[in-house]
Amino acid sequence: MAAADDADVTPGSGQAPGGGDAPSSDTRLGGPRLTRRGLLGGVALGAGGLAVGAAAGYAAASTAGTDGAAEDGGAAAEPGTVPALGATVEPSHGVHQAGVETTLQSHATFVALDLRDEVDRPALVRLMRLLSDDISRLARGVAALADPEPELAVVPARLTVTLAVGPGFLAAAGRSGRAPQWLLDGLPAFSIDDALEDRWSGGDLLVQVAAEDPVTVSHAVRVLLTDAGPFATVRWVQSGFHRPAGTAPQAMTGRNLMGQVDGTVNPEPGTDDFARVVWIGDDGPDWLVGGSSLVVRRVAMDLRVWGGLDDRSKEQAIGRRLSDGAPLTGGTEFSAPDFEAVDDNGFLVIPPTAHMRLAHAQAPTERILRRPYNYDVGVAADGTADAGLVFVAYQADPMTQFVPIQRRLAEADVLNIWTTPIGSALFAVLPGFAEGAYLGQALLA
Amino acid sequence: MSFLRRPVVALSASILALGVLSACASDSTSGEAAASPSSASCPLAVTDPWVKATDTEMSGAFGIIENTSDTEVIISSATSPQAGKMEIHEVIDKDGQMVMQPKEGGLVIPAGGSATLKPGSDHLMLMALPAPIAAGDEVEITVTCSTGGTVTWTSVAKPFEGGAEPYVPADGTNTDSMDGMSMSPSPAES
Repeated sequence: MAAADDADVTPGSGQAPGGGDAPSSDTRLGGPRLTRRGLLGGVALGAGGLAVGAAAGYAAASTAGTDGAAEDGGAAAEPGTVPALGATVEPSHGVHQAGVETTLQSHATFVALDLRDEVDRPALVRLMRLLSDDISRLARGVAALADPEPELAVVPARLTVTLAVGPGFLAAAGRSGRAPQWLLDGLPAFSIDDALEDRWSGGDLLVQVAAEDPVTVSHAVRVLLTDAGPFATVRWVQSGFHRPAGTAPQAMTGRNLMGQVDGTVNPEPGTDDFARVVWIGDDGPDWLVGGSSLVVRRVAMDLRVWGGLDDRSKEQAIGRRLSDGAPLTGGTEFSAPDFEAVDDNGFLVIPPTAHMRLAHAQAPTERILRRPYNYDVGVAADGTADAGLVFVAYQADPMTQFVPIQRRLAEADVLNIWTTPIGSALFAVLPGFAEGAYLGQALLA
Repeated sequence: MSFLRRPVVALSASILALGVLSACASDSTSGEAAASPSSASCPLAVTDPWVKATDTEMSGAFGIIENTSDTEVIISSATSPQAGKMEIHEVIDKDGQMVMQPKEGGLVIPAGGSATLKPGSDHLMLMALPAPIAAGDEVEITVTCSTGGTVTWTSVAKPFEGGAEPYVPADGTNTDSMDGMSMSPSPAES
């Protein structure tokens, strides 16, 4: 049997975003971040490299890497050079890191790094200061220091970079004693996990880079990995995509490569509910307050077999309609499913093995933020696609929120027939950082 | 480049600075490097300063140096406690090859203008490094204006693969290079 944590078409506890009203705009992750400065939507950034990026106003004797991070939005300049979406800036400073509560961007790359043996806590401080400065600059469309291709930095396109750490990071820092138990334990082995590969699993430091423009993502990854090079080697890279902004109806959640409307049930950004589900609160380790946990699982899809199924079988596997993602018991994508409903023959309309029934929260804690990406990295000579889903979930406590859902799916989800998890990793998402500070400072300082 | 006549008040310091320049020596590695800018006589603001991380004995310092005054400023020398010696360099096309060499007359920054120091162009050269400069290290750099005033700032060390033009020292005898500074390989393969 294969995995099924991926499909993400899980209904919520009858809680459609918007309190039952169909959302009128973007129903993927959305909404402004309350804890950060507003977007600079539509602000065109000045073109140019290091020179232009250097908005005036820096004092002599400033310390690059910290103070030099400079002001968000300070780069607003000549209008008319970069179109609105390309010029849109997601603020990188705040209580939480960007890239979690942020409206899902259409492209993302996840890179897991292994720290070099000699890296210790002082080295990690240097690494995190470098990366934090890069993030501050790139997010607002300014070239990084020593940017090899500053010309590529001028289209931020909602770029976010999110850093998360594995247990090896804390060990290198001599801070394992401050790790939450779930990070030390890692995810349990699920019954469908016998195909997991090391090359898609684990890691000491995760870098999530997302933007509306794949060139922006590529450039940011290159800059970040250049700075990480002396400290770490690459363990794995996973890139993924959705339809880009402007090509699909905004009123519907995106589809995965099995054609399913994917990611319907999520806490609504900007709400207390979202904060409870996603952010680690005061009951967590002090250095993680405002952070989260991140599960990344690579789920291969057998698209050839799946594609040959009839529509009814496909819908029963999920429990949702193919056409619009609505539960088989009716309504719209965001309608609450009726798990008790039976058809004329007395069978449950949403079958017992349907993905959405099993993924449905059976306890108030069993909720997660899904932020998945499709992957498609080629086709074999016989036509078999190497494609699937980079399943990405954020939750304050993976053990009480993610694990019970995944256990049910592993045991009974009929989608396991066509999906196979081949990678799995768990990280602690660092809290956000203020201008002049660096990510992970509360742990490393 | 002509050395400008400077206000009398800076004269003695100016002479000292010029002496340092002409001697091409820079032994001021004491930690007493002028930490407070005497902005009246060296009116510079530095933006985005960085140096190239290296485990060789040479590195380069880069950034944008702005002249905040309405008169020309000349940077005549530079020092760092983390370098045995520093020089002001330019990169020129010499018989079809880009080479770097000491910049005669120092670095001139026009009134209200700025100088962009970057790899492959004008930069401050750090030489005779007593220890490697690791990525993320902070390197203190002090420049002295022709007036004798100084400005000190801190540059962060960045991994960078360029800036490896062959070096032609002032005496023109031998050639060295910033290259070969075995940067840690970029983690291309897993």
